[in-house]
Amino acid sequence: MLHIKCPHCGMRSQNEFSYGGDASVKRPKLNQEISDQDWDNFVYNRKSLRGKHLELWHHLSGCRQWIKVERDTSTHEIFRTMKANEDNS
Amino acid sequence: MQKYSIFNLIKNAFSNHINWDLAWKDPTPKKEYDVVIIGGGGHGLATAYYLAKEHNITNVAIIEKGWIGGGNVGRNTTIIRSNYMHDDNALFSEFGMDLWRKMSQDLNYNVMFSPRGIINLAHSDAQMNVYARRGNSMRLNGIDAVLLNREQVKEVIPMADFSDNVRFPIFGGLMQPSAGTARHDAVAWGYARQADSMGVDIIQNCEVTGFDLEGGKINGVRTSRGNIKVKKIGLCVAGSTNILAEKLNMTLPVETHLLQACVSEPVKPVLDKVVTFGAGHFYISQSDKGEMVMGGDLDGYNSYAQRGNLPTLQHVLTEGIAMMPFLSKLKMLRTWGGIMDMSMDGSPIIDKTHIEGLYLNCGWCYGGFKATPASGWTFAHTIAQDRVHKLNAGYSLNRFNTGHLLDEKGLGTKTWIS
Ligand SMILES: Cc1cc2nc3c(=O)[nH]c(=O)nc-3n(C[C@H](O)[C@H](O)[C@H](O)COP(=O)(O)OP(=O)(O)OC[C@H]3O[C@@H](n4cnc5c(N)ncnc54)[C@H](O)[C@@H]3O)c2cc1C
Ligand SMILES: [Zn+2]
Repeated sequence: MLHIKCPHCGMRSQNEFSYGGDASVKRPKLNQEISDQDWDNFVYNRKSLRGKHLELWHHLSGCRQWIKVERDTSTHEIFRTMKANEDNS
Repeated sequence: MQKYSIFNLIKNAFSNHINWDLAWKDPTPKKEYDVVIIGGGGHGLATAYYLAKEHNITNVAIIEKGWIGGGNVGRNTTIIRSNYMHDDNALFSEFGMDLWRKMSQDLNYNVMFSPRGIINLAHSDAQMNVYARRGNSMRLNGIDAVLLNREQVKEVIPMADFSDNVRFPIFGGLMQPSAGTARHDAVAWGYARQADSMGVDIIQNCEVTGFDLEGGKINGVRTSRGNIKVKKIGLCVAGSTNILAEKLNMTLPVETHLLQACVSEPVKPVLDKVVTFGAGHFYISQSDKGEMVMGGDLDGYNSYAQRGNLPTLQHVLTEGIAMMPFLSKLKMLRTWGGIMDMSMDGSPIIDKTHIEGLYLNCGWCYGGFKATPASGWTFAHTIAQDRVHKLNAGYSLNRFNTGHLLDEKGLGTKTWIS
């Protein structure tokens, strides 16, 4: 069982969250020329890193906010959690 | 190679079975090969076998970081079926069914293929309609499909919950009588033994760590046991695909996720079909040893852990008990997990790549065991002839670019999110 610290609600069980995938993926900016490749990278292509992975989680059965979680995909260690609009760096 | 037969079995019994040949050798890697297959799972081993058998290419190495059969081929729940609606999936899988039927003879190895039939349960009128449509599509492609009503399902699996007060009543089901199961380890070992006997080097405990390219073409592979020169590489590493793709600066429409399975304590024969729940992700069959073999959902978040988490298992077994209440009386014997190469439309990729000499085999999701023979056969063809066969033409990498997705379930991207 993962324990995820929601930046709004504090430490909660994994059961309250749903998963939203890689948080480093950026939607191409509108109102400019966008190549098929850019769209592919946004919609389909994923690095699927082994090790540190920045990802989105939705605190569905809590505050219903989307948050960012930095987690190790092979040990499940969680290094830090952030609000969705906080900077990754 | 020593033939496995009743006569050899009796003969070797007199010497307490200590004089059997090893099933495959333990060679040290050569400096150069014509083809290197990365990954000694079912698909890698089958590919090497068909390269040798169908294309006469025997200067081949299979490079496996652990031991052959230690990956998903040894961790799956062995369901074999071809109950697909889309032509590309249906024809590919049905070609595979034919190879399954002949496999034990072909490999001189008993893979215990057991075509016991699979039933997908339906829990609403709408679902019955969808199944009727899929069944019709299957029959148009020459695949056996039978639509069962509630009473017919009850005859076959009376232990399912047919009482009145259930959340998901059983309306009927779609059956593929020729589907079934096989012994997964035997499949890996059978292919390995035959490939070895035709000259393929099976190199275990050897991890691929990088690639050598020259002018944009494959020129070699780097491993934990030294560099090997080779012009053609077949990448067949299932859940580790992204890790090796990164070394080639490729990002693929694939994510690695964890799938668990479990078996109960062995009980007397009670279930002689494979059955899937239609209102969630749960499926069950009974092994020859009597264990109930069960599985269902992915853990739900990217994972390379090769071991699962309790909430998903609990959720899956809740569905199982809703479908077959007697399961709640059984003790759990074992649970385990494997890392799955989940493709974005739920269908696999068997194709060439933009790098000359690099061939890609991945995206098998939950269903790659049944594909083992057809995947090996078509991948060997693709590598040997440097072009795809018509059976795997639909499994192209650029379908994600052109929009020709093979979205069997009509779920869009990330088919695993429910
Ligand atoms: C719990 C579970 C249940 C499943 N149930 C079913 C089912 O009922 N029916 C079905 O059809 N499918 C099922 N599957 C899916 C099926 O098992 C896989 O799709 C299939 O086995 C993948 O192909 P493979 O056998 O070649 O993979 P694997 O056996 O995983 O082979 C890949 C190999 O590559 C090796 N490797 C990785 N990286 C490197 C490297 N850098 N260098 C060298 N070697 C490397 C790995 O060690 C591994 O041995 C299930 C999977 C799981 C986990
Ligand atoms: Zn919260």
